[in-house]
Amino acid sequence: MTHRIPGKGLIDRTRPLRFSFDGREFEGFQGDTLASALLANGVQLVGRSFKYHRPRGVLTAGSEEPNALVEVIEGKQKTPNVRATVQELYGGLTVQSQNRWPSLRFDVMAVNDRFAPFLSAGFYYKTFMWPRAFWEKVYEPAIRRAAGLGALSGLHDEGRYEKAFAFCDVLVIGAGPTGLMAALVAGRAGADVILADEDARMGGRLLSDQPEVAGQSGPDWAADMLAELAAMPNVRLMTRTTVTGVYDGGTFGALQRVGLHLADPGDLPRECFWRIVAKRAVLATGALERPIAHPDNDRPGVMLASAVQSYVARYGVNPGRVVVFGNNDSALQAARDLTAQGVQVAGYVDPRADVSVLEEFPVYPGGQVVGTRGRLGLREVAVRHGGGVSMLTAETLALSGGWNPSLHLTCHLGGRPDWDERLAAFVPRAGMVAGMSVAGAARGRFSTAACLADGAALAAEVLADMGIAGHDMPLPAAEDRSYAIAPFWAVDAGGRAWLDFANDVTTKDVQQAAQEGFSSVEHMKRYTTQGMAPDQGKSSNVAALAVLADATGQGISATGTTTFRPPYTPVSIAAMGAGGRGMGFAPERLLTSDSQTRAMGAPMIEAGLWYRPSYFPRAGEATWREACDREVSMVRTAVGVCDVSTLGKIDVQGPDADRFLDLIYTNMMSSIKPGRTRYGLMLREDGHVMDDGTCARLGEAHFLITTTTAAAGPVMRHMDFVHQAFCGDWAVRFTSVTEQWAQFALAGPKARELVNKLLETPVDAENFPFMACGPARILGVEGRLFRISFSGEMGYEIAVPARFGAAVFERLVAEAEAMGGGAYGMEALNVLRIEKGFITHAEIHGRVTAFDIGMQGMVSAKKDCIGKSASQRPGLMGPEREQLVGLVPVDPQAELSAGAHLYNENDPATRVNNQGYVTSAGYSPTLQSWLALGFLRDGRARHGQIIRLDDGLRGRKVACKVVHPVFHDPEGGKLRG
Amino acid sequence: MRISCPCCGPRDRREFTYYGAADYLNRPALDADASAWDDYLHLRDNPAGETRDLWYHDPCGTWVAVTRDTVTHAVIAAEAVA
Amino acid sequence: MADLSAREPCAGLGLPLTLGGCRLAALPVERITAIQPFPGKVAAVETVLRAQGLRFPAPGHSHEAGGARIVWAGRETAFLFGMAAPEGLSAHAALSDQSDGWAGLRLEGPDARAVLARLLPIDLRAGAFEPEACARAPLNHMQVLIRRAGEAAFDLFVYRSMAGTAVHELTDAMRAVAARQAAVR
Ligand SMILES: [Zn+2]
Repeated sequence: MTHRIPGKGLIDRTRPLRFSFDGREFEGFQGDTLASALLANGVQLVGRSFKYHRPRGVLTAGSEEPNALVEVIEGKQKTPNVRATVQELYGGLTVQSQNRWPSLRFDVMAVNDRFAPFLSAGFYYKTFMWPRAFWEKVYEPAIRRAAGLGALSGLHDEGRYEKAFAFCDVLVIGAGPTGLMAALVAGRAGADVILADEDARMGGRLLSDQPEVAGQSGPDWAADMLAELAAMPNVRLMTRTTVTGVYDGGTFGALQRVGLHLADPGDLPRECFWRIVAKRAVLATGALERPIAHPDNDRPGVMLASAVQSYVARYGVNPGRVVVFGNNDSALQAARDLTAQGVQVAGYVDPRADVSVLEEFPVYPGGQVVGTRGRLGLREVAVRHGGGVSMLTAETLALSGGWNPSLHLTCHLGGRPDWDERLAAFVPRAGMVAGMSVAGAARGRFSTAACLADGAALAAEVLADMGIAGHDMPLPAAEDRSYAIAPFWAVDAGGRAWLDFANDVTTKDVQQAAQEGFSSVEHMKRYTTQGMAPDQGKSSNVAALAVLADATGQGISATGTTTFRPPYTPVSIAAMGAGGRGMGFAPERLLTSDSQTRAMGAPMIEAGLWYRPSYFPRAGEATWREACDREVSMVRTAVGVCDVSTLGKIDVQGPDADRFLDLIYTNMMSSIKPGRTRYGLMLREDGHVMDDGTCARLGEAHFLITTTTAAAGPVMRHMDFVHQAFCGDWAVRFTSVTEQWAQFALAGPKARELVNKLLETPVDAENFPFMACGPARILGVEGRLFRISFSGEMGYEIAVPARFGAAVFERLVAEAEAMGGGAYGMEALNVLRIEKGFITHAEIHGRVTAFDIGMQGMVSAKKDCIGKSASQRPGLMGPEREQLVGLVPVDPQAELSAGAHLYNENDPATRVNNQGYVTSAGYSPTLQSWLALGFLRDGRARHGQIIRLDDGLRGRKVACKVVHPVFHDPEGGKLRG
Repeated sequence: MRISCPCCGPRDRREFTYYGAADYLNRPALDADASAWDDYLHLRDNPAGETRDLWYHDPCGTWVAVTRDTVTHAVIAAEAVA
Repeated sequence: MADLSAREPCAGLGLPLTLGGCRLAALPVERITAIQPFPGKVAAVETVLRAQGLRFPAPGHSHEAGGARIVWAGRETAFLFGMAAPEGLSAHAALSDQSDGWAGLRLEGPDARAVLARLLPIDLRAGAFEPEACARAPLNHMQVLIRRAGEAAFDLFVYRSMAGTAVHELTDAMRAVAARQAAVR
C-alpha cells in the first residue's frame, strides 16, 4: 500500500484486510471501500466502458459512481455491477472487473473505440433496421453479446433477502450536517425519528472534507451527535440505507445493505427493502459534484474534486500530484484543502479570468484542460491558458463543474425543479412532495453553517406543523463561505469529451442528436442513451442538457430536465421480492388429513392455496391412470372417501338470511325447508356465472352455503359487497367457517353402510333422504351430515370440528378399505364429475352464462337476483352462444384434451371456423371411453352430430360425437337411491 | 398510496382489492330499461381530477368508497358504503 | 364407539422455539365464538355481555374479564375467547363456533416487534398499538388477527390450515432479526 498517507483517514489501521481483484491479492483496512483500497494500492484502472471499452477508473466516492462497476464473487455466485465506491472492504472480498475480455489491461472489444465514428448516437436505430428478418437472427444476438454490463452466474440466487416495514413521525434522509441537525432537533423534541443514510458511517461531508464544527473536527462532532441520537429511544439510525423512492401518502422505499459488507454474514440477509411510512420527511441528501467535459476526461485518474478530498481525508489515500480543474469557489477551496493536507497540487485551472492567483500552488486563470495523457492511467494534463498549452505532470486530475443539489426524490411524484442561474443548478420548488421539506445543500445551501442552520430550522418547522413543541437549539459555529460559479460545461478543443461515462455519451453525441432533430431533452436522452445507465446520469445529466441547450440555443431553463423516477440507486429484484420465495410466495394450506394422505404415498396437487391428493397409489400400479381408474371404479361399485374440506363454507344467519340468499343466488333459497339442501348458482351482476355450490338450511334463520375451493374468497367479497351496498340494514350476518370444519365425502353404493359405521344414530333412505342435512353425532363428536353428491353415486358428506379431522379420515379410510373401497383423489374426483356432467371452474370460467351451461331454468322468474337483468339481455342467450355439451370420441380409446378447439369435420382449423372448445377431458373406466365436456356453438341443438376436436399443441385430431353432458346415470337413480 | 379504512385506519393500498367506480352502488331496478343497466354496468367516466371508487379492505371485510384525485393522487375521503 | 383423538393446530411444528430475543409458542386451544350483532342490536348484545363483565369491542380493541377475552375481529364481528357464548346472545347476534378454525401463536420478547415488522405492514409501535389493541392485517400473504398481549407479547391467530406457513415465516424473520442483534453485539 504505497499510496497511503501515514496516519491520515478514518480507516482502522489495526485491522488490515486481504482482498483480491482480478486474481491479484491486495491489502486494505477496515473502513475502506473497495475503491479506496484499490486506489491505496495504486490501482487506477478498474473497468472498461460500456460501448467503446475504454479503460476507466474511479470517478466518485459515492453511490453515483458511473465507472467503477465490478463483479463480486462469492463461491459460485456473482453479483455484477457492484459500485466499488459503495462496496465496503472485508477480509476475503473477491472481485473481478467486468466488461472486458480477455483481461482488463488488454480488451479485444476496445477495437470499438477505433470505430467510434460509426458507433455514435442513434447507431443501433440507424444500423439494425433492415432487412427486417435480420433482427431476430443476427442483430439482436450480436447486440446482446456485445452489450450489457457484467454477467450473472446463471445459478439460483441462494442469498437471503428481507423486507420490512417502519413507521415514524419524521424521516430524515441523509445524515450530513443538515440531516444530523434535523434529526437532533426532532429527536430532542420527542418525535419518532428515522435517520437514514446510505453510507456505512454517518456524517456525510463532515467525514470527507472535514470542516470544523463547534471547534471540533467534522468527524468528531458527527460522532458526538450520533452518540446522542443513538441514546434516544425515539430515534432509529439506519446506516447503509438508501431511500430509493417516494410514493403517495408519505410512503418511502429504502434499500438497506445488511450483510454485504461482512466476510461471514451468517443468517443475516444480504439486503433489506424497507417500506417506511412517515408523517413528514426532511430531505437532507446534500449535493453531487459534476465533472467538466473536456477531451479524454475519462482517463483513469480523472476524478471529481470532492472525491479526491474524500479519498485523502477519509481514507488516507495519496493521490500523487493533483491538477484541479474547476469553475467555482468550491474547486479552489478543494485545491487549498488538499494543499493543507500535504497533497502536492500541480496546478489549479479555472476558466474564470478573475480567479485569485495568490495561492500556494500555480493558478491558471482563464485556463482550460484540453487533454490528458497516459495509456491506462493519467500521467499528464494539457492545460491551455493565456500563454499557450502547458503539459502538467499529474497522477490525478480533480474536476469540479459545480454542484447539483440531490433533489431526485422530490421529483418522484411528478414535480419539476427550477433552474437557479446563480447556482447554475436545478433546485427544488416548494411543495413538490406533500409533507417533505428539503434542507441544506439539497436546496442549494452549500456552506456548513448554512446546512446546520437549515437542518435545524426546517426540523423546527416540521415539528410545529405536527404540533410538537421543540426546544431552541444553539447552532454550532462552522465555515460559512460563499459559493460563486461561472457556468462552464464543456471544453471546445476537438476530440471526444465525455458526459455520461457509464454509457459512453460524448458532447458530440448530444450535439448530433440536436442536429438530427432530437432536440427535446427526453428525445435526446433516448437517442443518445444519456443517463440511462445504472447511475442514471447523476453526474452527467445537467451538463448534457446544458450542451443540448447550447446546441438548440434554447437555454437550460427552457430545455428542462429529464424525469427522475425511483429508484434513486439500483435495487436488486431479490430485495424487492424478498419474502416471496417458497412458502413466502403463497401460504400452503394443509388439510387435516394431510399427514395421513402423504403417508399413503399420494402425490399432492395445488388447488388454490390448498394441497390435495392427486391419487392414492397402491402396490402394482405403475401409472397414475391405473390408480385413477381403480379409484373411479371403487366409487362406482363400492365406496370412496375424499377430503372435501377445501370447499368454502359460509355460515349465514339472521331473520333476513333467506331474503339475502334469494338475492345472491339465481334460484329460490327462501323456500328450502330446514333440514334440506339445495344446489345454487350465483351470477355476477354482468350476467355471467360467478360460482356454484350448495345451500343447506340448518335452521329457520341459519344457513350454511358452500363455494368452490378457488372462489371462496371472491364469493365472500361479493356477498360483503351486495350486503353493504344494497341491504346493509337487513338482519343478516355471515362469516367463513371453512377452517372450522373438516368435511369428507363418502360416495358409492356402499356409502350409507359406511356412514352408519360412524353415526350414533344410523340413517336410512327415508329418515335422511337425498339433499337432507342436519346435526349428527359422529364417533361421539357433535358434527353435521349432508346427503349430497358430486360423483353421481349415493353420497354423504360428514363434517366434524377440524381437530377431529385427522382421526375421522383415518377411521373412514380404514372402514372403506374393509368394504372394498378406499380413499380417492382429485384425478378420480374429476373423472367422476365429468362422467356425471357436473361443472367446475374449468367450465364456469368467467365467460359463460347460466344459459350456456343449460341452467337458465334456475334463474327464478319470481324474484330479483344479482345478475338477473343482465343475464337476459340480448346476446347472452340464444343459438349463437357456445353451449355446454358432452363429447365422446368415435374411437373410444382416442385421447381427448382440454384446451382443444372444435371444428366442423372438413373445415380447416382457423379462427373463423371455430365452433367451440373443450374444457375438461378424462378417461372413463365406467364407460370404457374417453369423455370430454366443452362448449359448442348452438350445442344443445347439435346432439348426435360429429365434430372434430383439434388440439394444435399436441397435433391431435379426433372425431367426436356431440352428446348430452351427463354421460352416466342420466336419470339420477343412483344419486337418489 | 394509503387509504384510511373506516374500521382499521390508514393502511397501504396493497391491503385493498379494487372493484370499480362508485356507480356500482346505484343499482337500477330489475325492470329498468336496458340502457339503465348498460349505464350501470359498463359506462364510466374517466375524469382527470376527482373520482370516487370502491375498494374492499380484505383484512376486515369493509367496502370503502374512496374519493380521490387522479391527477394529484390525493385521497380526499374514504367512507364505508354501509 | 371409540372416542376420537383431537389434534392441535400447531402439533408437529416444533413449538415452542426461541431464537435470539424472541420466543414463539402455540397458544392453548380455547373456545372461540364469533359474535356478529344484528343491525341495531349492539346495545342488546352489550346488555347480555355486561353480566360477564364484558363489552362489545370497538374496532381495534379487546379486553378481558374473568378469564374470558373479547376481541374485535373484523367488520361487525368480535371473537369471544375462553368461555361459551352467554345465554340469550343468539337472539341479538349471529354466533358461530370458530374454536377449530384458528391456530393461535404467541410471539414474545424484546425483538418481537422487530420480527413482526418483517411481516406485517401495520404500525405496531408501542404508542400506536397499545396493550389489548388488536387488528386484522396481512402477515405476508396470510390474513391474521393480531392482539397485543403484553409489553412485548403479541398473539397471532391464523387460519388453521396455514399454521405451518405462519410458523415458517415467523421463524425465518426471527432468525434474521436474531442475526442482526448478534451482529450488533
Ligand atoms: Zn379495515
